[in-house]
Amino acid sequence: MKRLLNLQPSRFSRVLLGLLPLALILLVYLVASDLRLAANPDDKLLPSLAQMGDAISRMALEPNRRTGEYIFWVDTFSSLQRLLLGVLIAASLGLVIGLLTGSLPLFGAGFSPLLTILSLIPPLALLPVLFIVFGLGELSKVALIAIGITPFIARDIQRRAQEIPVEQLIKAQTLGANTLQVMIRVLLPQLMPRLLDAVRLSLGAGWLFLIAAEAIASTDGLGYRIFLVRRYMAMDVIIPYVAWITLLAFVLDQLLAWFSRRLYPWHGKGGV
Amino acid sequence: MLEARNLWKRYGDKVVLERISVSVQEGEFVTLVGTSGCGKSTFLKLLLGTETASEGQLLLDGQPVRDEPDSDRGIVFQQYSVFPHMTVLDNVMAARAFARRGLTGYLFGQARREAQGAAMELLHKVGLGHALKLYPHQLSGGMRQRLAIAQALLAKPRILLLDEPFGALDPGIRADMHQLVLELWQSHQLTVFMVTHDLKEGFYLGTRLWVFDKLRHDPQAPDAYGAGITYDLPVGKSDRQTLQAIQADLKEPQHDIQN
Repeated sequence: MKRLLNLQPSRFSRVLLGLLPLALILLVYLVASDLRLAANPDDKLLPSLAQMGDAISRMALEPNRRTGEYIFWVDTFSSLQRLLLGVLIAASLGLVIGLLTGSLPLFGAGFSPLLTILSLIPPLALLPVLFIVFGLGELSKVALIAIGITPFIARDIQRRAQEIPVEQLIKAQTLGANTLQVMIRVLLPQLMPRLLDAVRLSLGAGWLFLIAAEAIASTDGLGYRIFLVRRYMAMDVIIPYVAWITLLAFVLDQLLAWFSRRLYPWHGKGGV
Repeated sequence: MLEARNLWKRYGDKVVLERISVSVQEGEFVTLVGTSGCGKSTFLKLLLGTETASEGQLLLDGQPVRDEPDSDRGIVFQQYSVFPHMTVLDNVMAARAFARRGLTGYLFGQARREAQGAAMELLHKVGLGHALKLYPHQLSGGMRQRLAIAQALLAKPRILLLDEPFGALDPGIRADMHQLVLELWQSHQLTVFMVTHDLKEGFYLGTRLWVFDKLRHDPQAPDAYGAGITYDLPVGKSDRQTLQAIQADLKEPQHDIQN
């Protein structure tokens, strides 16, 4: 028998081992839900799968009686639109700021301290300010997401830009490159996969800001819905919504990872 | 073409190079050897323009060398010398793209086809004709250095600087690389400066050997004096005894104090 340290799971058992905890959690939930519902059929805390399925099919497959909208899809569309817009703005701003401060020492000296201070402001504390300035519409929610994750992305890209070996920059200059050419052909392409990594890492924070903004002032959105139905203790809606948000987050993350592998096959292959 | 006049380099109190006065003709192949920390790499950086002399002058055709890298001086480092995000062909074509006064450093149309032709010809010459579409991380160390050399050559530098280019390679591959560098040096009529750890490499490759070592030594203050060029030999005419003498010189324990 090999030492535990050296035991490797096979491909198949690796998948199985990964699914095992999930299956266990599901099982525990189902048993607990069954027990509670057996004791009290009106219990709202741990709805059964059938109850949750009913609630979601009501919201996703039937038009709302008052507005005629399919609430689930409207919520999903609104939330994704806000999140993606906010993240896109943050990624663009972060890339430009990070590239400039990371590659041009004069820029870095001018803006790095400011960037550090800005990144320390808790974005949620700014939410009232955003509501006052931009009103309660879409803009303030998108702005919160953008403001919340831009400093993180900018600082990450700045650090990545500084990590690119100086030999490459010297080499480009000995081939005749000027500052702009070095930035566009040497630094920028190498920063793109790192930008995707930074976006993946900041998506969690993005969801946090989105749901917070929607909970406080909104008329639709996944976060809005969860906080709305909380008043009726509608766990049969909340649990599927949370699961749906998790699934969306997972798909976004995997999509970005796939893009990164596909577009930048040289990324993460060690220093050359 | 290149002349150093009483060159000094200090970092704070630490003197790295002192009183260096040499001149080099066009077409010479100079190898720089010495113990680590003896200043040979610093001298190369002065040539490259990433460091400036504390005192004295370094002249290229009578003009002080520019204090930033430019296309007069090509360089091959031991590593990180090629762009990891470009294929082999793109790496070499980038030399043409950067040579044009464009804003972005990308080539289009006719200029692109021309650069592609020139790059492919050179890549075939250095033995990378079969690897045009590969990325640097897919190449072996020796192939990567061939690529770095091809890239530097396409920019047509007046001086080619090699900073321990073969330090990380196996001996067999190193011999192939020596062959390649000598061929390219002759066919492109380059002036080459090569820093190397390996004294034998310096002794048999090239036309001129410089040994960097301290001329004066103060045991109480090892940084008080810098290194100078202790041997300046035409390589063709030197013999085994000189090699052994230099070897013995460089092995003296006093030199081990250095970083």
